[in-house]
Amino acid sequence: MNEALLSKANFPVFEVYKNLVYLDNSATQQKPRSVIERVDRYYREENANPMRGLYGLSVSATEAYDSAREAVCKFIGADSTREIIFTRNATESLNLVAYSWGRANISEGDELLVAISEHHSDLLPWQILAKEKGAVLKYLECDQTGLYTAEALRAALSEKTKLFAIAQISNIFGRLNPIKEFAEICHANGTLIVCDGAQSVPHIPVDVKDLGVDFLAFSGHKMLAPMGIGVLYGREELLEKMPPFLSGGEMIEYVTLCGATYAELPHKFEAGTVNAGGAVGLHAAIDYIGELGFEAIEKRENELTALAFEQMKQIPYVHIIGADDPAEHHGILAFTVEGVHPHDIAALMDSQDVAIRAGHHCAQPLHRHLGVQSTARASLAFYNDEQDIERFITALGDLRRRMGYGT
Amino acid sequence: MGLEDNFYGEVLLDHNLHPVHRHDLPCATCRTDGVNPSCGDDISLSLEIHDGIIENGAFTGVGCAVSQASADIMLELIIGKTTDEARHLAHLFDKMIRSEITESELEELEEAGALQNVSKMPARVKCAKLGWRTLESLLEENG
Ligand SMILES: Cc1ncc(COP(=O)(O)O)c(C=O)c1O
Repeated sequence: MNEALLSKANFPVFEVYKNLVYLDNSATQQKPRSVIERVDRYYREENANPMRGLYGLSVSATEAYDSAREAVCKFIGADSTREIIFTRNATESLNLVAYSWGRANISEGDELLVAISEHHSDLLPWQILAKEKGAVLKYLECDQTGLYTAEALRAALSEKTKLFAIAQISNIFGRLNPIKEFAEICHANGTLIVCDGAQSVPHIPVDVKDLGVDFLAFSGHKMLAPMGIGVLYGREELLEKMPPFLSGGEMIEYVTLCGATYAELPHKFEAGTVNAGGAVGLHAAIDYIGELGFEAIEKRENELTALAFEQMKQIPYVHIIGADDPAEHHGILAFTVEGVHPHDIAALMDSQDVAIRAGHHCAQPLHRHLGVQSTARASLAFYNDEQDIERFITALGDLRRRMGYGT
Repeated sequence: MGLEDNFYGEVLLDHNLHPVHRHDLPCATCRTDGVNPSCGDDISLSLEIHDGIIENGAFTGVGCAVSQASADIMLELIIGKTTDEARHLAHLFDKMIRSEITESELEELEEAGALQNVSKMPARVKCAKLGWRTLESLLEENG
């Protein structure tokens, strides 16, 4: 564990924006110097089209790319690099499952179960699949604090339920779902479980074998890495039987005028030139997280979350969405302020250099379920500090006055 | 970075907190809804038009200060005008948001000029235009 890595000083963006309080980490995280420099070095010293060339430079690009895949494999506890597919982001990973596995396995009358708090990325692909196949899309509901129960899941599954999709940590509630238990319940029912790890993989140790999930999707850019690189983990025996998602170069073994045989896993699902620069950046991000250690990350993020949570609760008219215990929030604090629309909250905060998110956070069905139109959201990362929280709280406390209310 | 503290000037704050035209309009001759899907703002606009003149108008719905104040200011401006004049004002408002408006045109917009700052904030443009967009589609449907 190297505590120096907790510091903002490792993130060049804060040298440019010295006054910036960045609390939109669930949307995307800032990048540490080591990641930026690693990507820079790749393009200066190692770049060629990986897997294609028969010359030294292309071999070094291929090696850098392959070793990134090994790092991801170890990071999430997969059995083999054949189970690690590089995509652009969590959204593409989930679409890959819906298009490839979904179209091969879903037929009329089948049921798909989706947690109601899912991000649109883990909802629309299933909605479209259901519509196309004449399958039935069902929602698993949570309570107002974002709690999903095993009983509710058992009750919602039927013999026709082919798949259950749920985030390990919701981007609104920040609540950790008991994925391992849910996976057991699903499997006992012959149902696959797809886990959206976009908000969990950056913040807690995730082991796919321990969790027992069939698929896990996440984005590099939410965990210190560049934009444009994401991951789909899939159980090998499932991936093996799935048809390709996109087709083109790199994903075939032989092509003739009337057909093709597909490349081995994972290349079967990586059509076209890959994002090797992004992959090596993700590798550097995993190294950063590894050196810092999840223990330190969680400890720091939980401390800051608790600090923000307790102070928000002191401010009249502020309501936090989700559990009444900061330990259940994992750095995610969605909230409303009576009489002030979330867009106005964000605009006024921005005028004090405090960056937060406002809107429905790509989770419209959930907002409807909660009966709020939209919310504001502050989301933390380990590189935030006490001053950030203080500036946020001060801005929050001043909002209603600035909107013209007496208090 | 960041906006000035006075981004929400008096005019906007006042129209947001104390809208004049935010109510139902039982004798409306036409009505339509406008939604800004990016933030979930949604307003319902009602007008009472007789012989090409907007004799009365009102809106209901929910949204941020920018969308609500903008709709209220818009109604203040168009009530009593002809539908052609209202269309013309909608066109000017659009020009203002795109920073293409002249000084004299800006005067025609009266209080709506208070939203000029919004053109600097791409994410808020949709909020400011929601009322005007809804007006344009209402006029299109109803002469
Ligand atoms: C829970 C969750 N799932 C999926 C996504 C989509 O991530 P991306 O846009 O990187 O594909 C996000 C990010 O906004 C998220 O919070």
